[in-house]
Amino acid sequence: MNNEQRKMPIYLDYSATTPVDPRVAEKMIPYITEDFGNPASRSHAYGWNAEKAVENARKEVALLVNADPREIVWTSGATESNNLAIKGASQFYSSKGKHIITCSTEHKAVIDAVREMERLGYDATYLTPEPNGLIDLEKFKAAIRPDTVLTTIMFVNNEIGVMQDIESIGNICRQNNIIFHVDAAQATGKVKIDLEKLPVDLMSFSAHKTYGPKGIGALFVRRKPRIRIEAQMHGGGHERGMRSGTLATHQIVGMGEAFRLAREEMDTENKRIYQLHQRLLNGLTEIEETYVNGDLGSRVPHNLNVSFNYVEGESLIMAIKEIAVSSGSACTSASLEPSYVLRALGRSDELAHSSIRFSIGRFTKESDIDFTIELVKQKIDRLRDLSPLWEMFKDGVDLEKVEWAEH
Amino acid sequence: MAYSNKVLDHYENPRNVGSLNKDDPNVGTGMVGAPACGDVMKLQIKVSDTGLIEDAKFKTYGCGSAIASSSLVTEWLKGKSIDEAAQIKNSAIAEELELPPVKIHCSVLAEDAIKAAVADFKSKKK
Ligand SMILES: Cc1ncc(COP(=O)(O)O)c(C=O)c1O
Repeated sequence: MNNEQRKMPIYLDYSATTPVDPRVAEKMIPYITEDFGNPASRSHAYGWNAEKAVENARKEVALLVNADPREIVWTSGATESNNLAIKGASQFYSSKGKHIITCSTEHKAVIDAVREMERLGYDATYLTPEPNGLIDLEKFKAAIRPDTVLTTIMFVNNEIGVMQDIESIGNICRQNNIIFHVDAAQATGKVKIDLEKLPVDLMSFSAHKTYGPKGIGALFVRRKPRIRIEAQMHGGGHERGMRSGTLATHQIVGMGEAFRLAREEMDTENKRIYQLHQRLLNGLTEIEETYVNGDLGSRVPHNLNVSFNYVEGESLIMAIKEIAVSSGSACTSASLEPSYVLRALGRSDELAHSSIRFSIGRFTKESDIDFTIELVKQKIDRLRDLSPLWEMFKDGVDLEKVEWAEH
Repeated sequence: MAYSNKVLDHYENPRNVGSLNKDDPNVGTGMVGAPACGDVMKLQIKVSDTGLIEDAKFKTYGCGSAIASSSLVTEWLKGKSIDEAAQIKNSAIAEELELPPVKIHCSVLAEDAIKAAVADFKSKKK
């Protein structure tokens, strides 16, 4: 293999996962080899040291979101936190009712947990967002029923980067005595979160979206007013009975350090990422027939999701191998499945298929952005030269009116 | 998805991309597929007075295998009579490009495009 082929693609998929910051990795290592004790061991220094590290990390996680450390429950990640919150709260408060409200653009870890509650006899409403990805508060209010027990809405969307109005949704929940859970996996380190002020009862976090390790997360469970949940994992009664299992000290230390760095550096980091976002946005939207997915105002700058009309998704991904990005099209099977999130915004199958999610982060350089813009421009040009649809569009043919021989 | 080297070659260096004048009486045009299904092929043949295909051009909206299938058939078509052209089978295309089962429909579409182009040419000669 020559050097050209071996060069790693440029990583622009920070919404999928982030590398562990080297400073985080360094902090973790001693807790695998030397300070390996079980934090639940009360009778010797190995246990005490591990417990100290765990509690320090708990404090760091709480500090990033302005919560009390006693409100933080360790889990294996945001998937588990979402499951624990949704199942645990709707079960505990089922005497109020068995109706859950969520949104059709939530992460699968929320959608499928709600589906499981439906299987257990609960009712669910899946709100359809507006074409910009945001929830219309009036539609949310209209979906509320006397038996609504729980609402679960994500802070920042993983595919299109839009930010929901968590404060307003939370206030409406408070007025209606509804438990409010927020999946904040994509929000930490990107958005200021102040849980002392935000009317949120339960909030999910993940370390690996914020330069921490995979396999560790947390659930915020409010103390005032006190929120109760049914445990989903039974055993030694760890985490005040809400989540049993020996704590993964090194992972927890990693999450604590990652969240500490996020707290200290997010202001400067986000300014830089905003510049990169603007640069990428301006470069890509110079291309004709390009559509940005998701609101451009209420969003995090770390994400830019763009559809390129008249080019097919799989050939586009094939053309831009030099960058590591995600596509709105799951081309793994014979039947192309366009992204359910883009479909929920009302995007056509074609535009959903030809969408690319660029997500930028801590280690993205300006030169990476410039390379990406040039690469995409060049490849879109090439694919459009090959595209009969582009030719028809340029000849003024209305493609909506053509009778296609569906096969 | 892993592509065969032949697919990659046609995808990177597609042969005979372009358009012929569809109003020329010697040109047959076939357009098959649908945007919502993820592939549309336009195939054109230009037939000489002796009945041989002297030129073929394509444009394809679709995955790498669809682009490669249409590029390959433009190579095969040149020099053939229209009856020989109509004999080209999707299985031969799939075999040549080593298409995996989920991409067989790309070769079917290319066969359909040839048939449509030949039919269009014949209808002009009636
Ligand atoms: C919004 C959102 N929620 C939940 C998850 C799942 O998080 P984890 O990988 O920590 O289980 C992800 C990551 O894929 C996400 O983006």
